[in-house]
Amino acid sequence: AKYRKVDEDFFEELEEVLISADVGVMTVMDLIDELKMEVKRQNIKDTKEVKDVISEKLVEIYYGDDDEKVEKLNIQENQLSVILVVGVNGVGKTTSIGKLAHQLKQQGKNVVLAAGDTFRAGAIEQLEVWGERAEVDVIKQSAGSDPAAVIFDGIKAAKSRNADVLICDTAGRLQNKVNLMNELAKVKRIIEREIPGAPHEVLLVLDATTGQNALNQAKTFSEATNVSGIVLTKLDGTAKGGIVLAIRNGLNIPVKFVGLGEQVGDLREFNAHAFVYGLFADMLEGE
Amino acid sequence: MAFEGLADRLQSTIKKITGKGKVSEQDVKEMTREVRLALLEADVNFKVVKDLINRIKERAVGQEVMESLTPGQQVIKVVKEELTTLMGGEHSKIAVSDRPPTVIMMVGLQGAGKTTTTGKLANHLRKKQNRSPLLVACDIYRPAAIQQLETLGEQLSMPVFSMGTEANPVDIATKAIEQAKEEHNDYVIIDTAGRLHVDNELMDELQQIKSKVKPDEIFLVVDAMTGQDAVNVADSFNDQLDISGVVLTKLDGDTRGGAALSIKAVTDKPIKFAGMGEKLDELEAFHPERMASRILGM
Ligand SMILES: Nc1nc2c(ncn2[C@@H]2O[C@H](COP(=O)(O)OP(=O)(O)OP(=O)(O)O)[C@@H](O)[C@H]2O)c(=O)[nH]1
Ligand SMILES: Nc1nc2c(ncn2[C@@H]2O[C@H](COP(=O)(O)OP(=O)(O)OP(=O)(O)O)[C@@H](O)[C@H]2O)c(=O)[nH]1
Ligand SMILES: [K+]
Ligand SMILES: [Mg+2]
Ligand SMILES: [Mg+2]
Repeated sequence: AKYRKVDEDFFEELEEVLISADVGVMTVMDLIDELKMEVKRQNIKDTKEVKDVISEKLVEIYYGDDDEKVEKLNIQENQLSVILVVGVNGVGKTTSIGKLAHQLKQQGKNVVLAAGDTFRAGAIEQLEVWGERAEVDVIKQSAGSDPAAVIFDGIKAAKSRNADVLICDTAGRLQNKVNLMNELAKVKRIIEREIPGAPHEVLLVLDATTGQNALNQAKTFSEATNVSGIVLTKLDGTAKGGIVLAIRNGLNIPVKFVGLGEQVGDLREFNAHAFVYGLFADMLEGE
Repeated sequence: MAFEGLADRLQSTIKKITGKGKVSEQDVKEMTREVRLALLEADVNFKVVKDLINRIKERAVGQEVMESLTPGQQVIKVVKEELTTLMGGEHSKIAVSDRPPTVIMMVGLQGAGKTTTTGKLANHLRKKQNRSPLLVACDIYRPAAIQQLETLGEQLSMPVFSMGTEANPVDIATKAIEQAKEEHNDYVIIDTAGRLHVDNELMDELQQIKSKVKPDEIFLVVDAMTGQDAVNVADSFNDQLDISGVVLTKLDGDTRGGAALSIKAVTDKPIKFAGMGEKLDELEAFHPERMASRILGM
């Protein structure tokens, strides 16, 4: 590790590193102010010690006033659990569903997928391939049919097959398209109506390469569907996904999974400590 | 707080100035601070912002601002001019080869909008220039990528060339061009798989396709919502492939789209088109000036 002084230059570089990680300029400036005070208070001189303080403060931002708790997927025992997956176009919804189905299947769950994206070309076929990879059934209708009807079918099929988990794919949609957001709210209402307490999870998929717009995505999708968790995809690239700090802190939506590639095994549980360290690790290691 | 327009944010600073006869360097400092925040909140890369702010500062302490009656407005004008210049003029022209077919290659990160844009460009070429394109399915990796392109081809009633998922993308592209010559397709648009700019193996595949088919255009397709990483992605794709232009997608959303500016600044390649929706006619020429206003939230 590099040994250097914790001075103005250090803080300036840290500011740049965190802004480059998409943490957001306001969040970063507040953090730097707090860090400066903390460093002074604890009389910290070198970067080895400051590393822990930065991590702590970032984790603090992430959790806000809440306790740190493991944010596990809400899966019911001995009862059908429904997971609705939503998000803007191309973020990795269908792929993440494939990976999650595989993971749940590995844990011995009986999983069914519903092909709720009836709009995008090839979307149903894509989910079917993932169904084969995860070795789970896919409930579908033809392209262009009503998504709510597909989800309704999915619920019926999942019940009759005594499935443990039903995962519903939906078409990508930008959050400022009011009609499409209403359509999504309708899908959710169908699920609520058919199964009391469902959906047990509404997962918003966010692409880690997304910048500050991710905050808008989280806000608007939450208003429409009451999002319960985030899947942060494409973390195998060079983007860091720092905006989830502001999303967790401001909207209280936890990250539940991270996507690390395009293969069936590339989905991991989220670890806040490892994640925040990754936001600035490059600065203190190697170079 | 976030996403507030620059004009709004500058109001309070401007108010202070309008009472005064002169603008001080301190005033300029405060204004450029607001501009910096606005640009960063719009996802303009921090290095690009730094350079830009320095240029703006230079102009802002000069006479065009200092001696103006409305220095606040003048600063905004300077900022907008700098942004617009940085993003370059309008460039919606597509190359034409004097030895047809003209070959276009679509490249970019996963999920950026390459396949959709392949369909949109084909539609554009036929509608606006009376061309008859052949679409080529070189994504053998993503599940159902070929079906996706074939469906778009059906919707457009246009031919799609594919050899399944077992063939090599370099061979697929090569054979497609042979077929285009036989069938008199004057454009060939090659859809490639999404890939990370740091994936050496897959980037190498693109270089091989490039050296084999000698494309007239290589379009980097970029999601307008991309954050700070846009510069790394664009710089790297450009380094490895010497792209000829950029297509910015999903501009129908509510992102400020600072990635546009960052990409232009690092690659100096023109942004040629903007994707404005999921449908195949939702492709527009890129307007630098409109983009500048959007980034600033005005
Ligand atoms: N590198 C990488 N690629 C990913 C990851 N997750 C998904 N992808 C890729 O991103 C692209 C888009 O993924 P999809 O699953 O189709 O995304 P989607 O949100 O369902 O897209 P739409 O249905 O069109 O809105 C595909 O090429 C995936 O292989 C990830 O974690 N890492
Ligand atoms: N709203 C909107 N959606 C778009 C636009 N362009 C593409 N999309 C959507 O973005 C998603 C991804 O588009 P694709 O064309 O599959 O992207 P790709 O780059 O080919 O993806 P991979 O092949 O997986 O790398 C799809 O849901 C498209 O409908 C656009 O301009 N606006
Ligand atoms: K994307
Ligand atoms: Mg999908
Ligand atoms: Mg594609």
